[in-house]
Amino acid sequence: MSTQRKGVLGEKLGMTQVFDDEGRIVPVTVVQAGPCVVTQLRTQEKDGYTAVQIGFGQIDPRKVNKPRTGHFEKAGVTPRRYLVELRTDDTTEFELGQEITADVFEAGQRIDVTGTSKGKGTAGVMKRHGFKGLGASHGTQRKHRSPGSIGGCATPGRVFKGLRMAGRHGNARTTVQNLTVHAVDAEKNLLLIKGAVPGPNGGVVLVRDAVKGTGK
Amino acid sequence: MHTLIQEIEKAAMRADVPDFRPGDTLKVHVRVTEGNRSRIQVFQGVVIRRQGGGARETFTVRKVSYSVGVERTFPLNSPSIEKIEVVTRGDVRRAKLYYLRNLRGKAARIKEKRDF
Repeated sequence: MSTQRKGVLGEKLGMTQVFDDEGRIVPVTVVQAGPCVVTQLRTQEKDGYTAVQIGFGQIDPRKVNKPRTGHFEKAGVTPRRYLVELRTDDTTEFELGQEITADVFEAGQRIDVTGTSKGKGTAGVMKRHGFKGLGASHGTQRKHRSPGSIGGCATPGRVFKGLRMAGRHGNARTTVQNLTVHAVDAEKNLLLIKGAVPGPNGGVVLVRDAVKGTGK
Repeated sequence: MHTLIQEIEKAAMRADVPDFRPGDTLKVHVRVTEGNRSRIQVFQGVVIRRQGGGARETFTVRKVSYSVGVERTFPLNSPSIEKIEVVTRGDVRRAKLYYLRNLRGKAARIKEKRDF
């Protein structure tokens, strides 16, 4: 299987709606994708795997620590705020300092989008795990959103590990697979992605071509 | 809202939408595609609401067809609307004319607006 995946880092700007060719409304997320820059190439000889590292986002060079400054200097680029690696089979088509923009994608293409979901704080099992809760009537007392039983009594005499309960929800790395690129604006570096994308407006998202559905 | 999104919405909006409000009677010329042929269908009725703003504004037109009430909601900026014609201006005091659904015949008429 080839792992020649294209990818670009971007900022989620927000959602809106546009019309397609047939006059239907399409809900889209607008992502300002790039411009990203290649900061490092991982090679089989040196690193044991092949990948390309890309950087995105402005940062005040005074705020970058010395090791990072050296890392960017080596690539001959100004410092960037975010760095990610993309696994590829072949790094020969990339070179240090090369710019990657939104036009690596084309309209109609399937993509995966990774971001950090919005934090929900402490959340109950209905919100966090989609439990149904208990009945609204039939004598249920103050337990409408509770999980119900969490296990047996003397056997096993404990609660199983990994049982889904209330707790911190959201603010985790989330990937949505198989979204469609509705349009690409190469001039303004905008991607219009059909559907919703994880994270708040202004959050950083990683857009890659879809890992599934390429075998057709 | 981000300015780049505002630009996208502005590009999706039409400039040729006439000025109309609830109570007005409209002729909406809708492009209907059947197979690979497309033709224009006219939907005439009273505007009972305008809802939403910017690129996602919609309006609802109500007509009584063979004594059955028919309501159709159109996106204001939809490219499948060929044109919108204002037939009459209505004199109403409300922004949402849902009360028309409970009225029939003579009672469901709307007074025409007179400009002096």
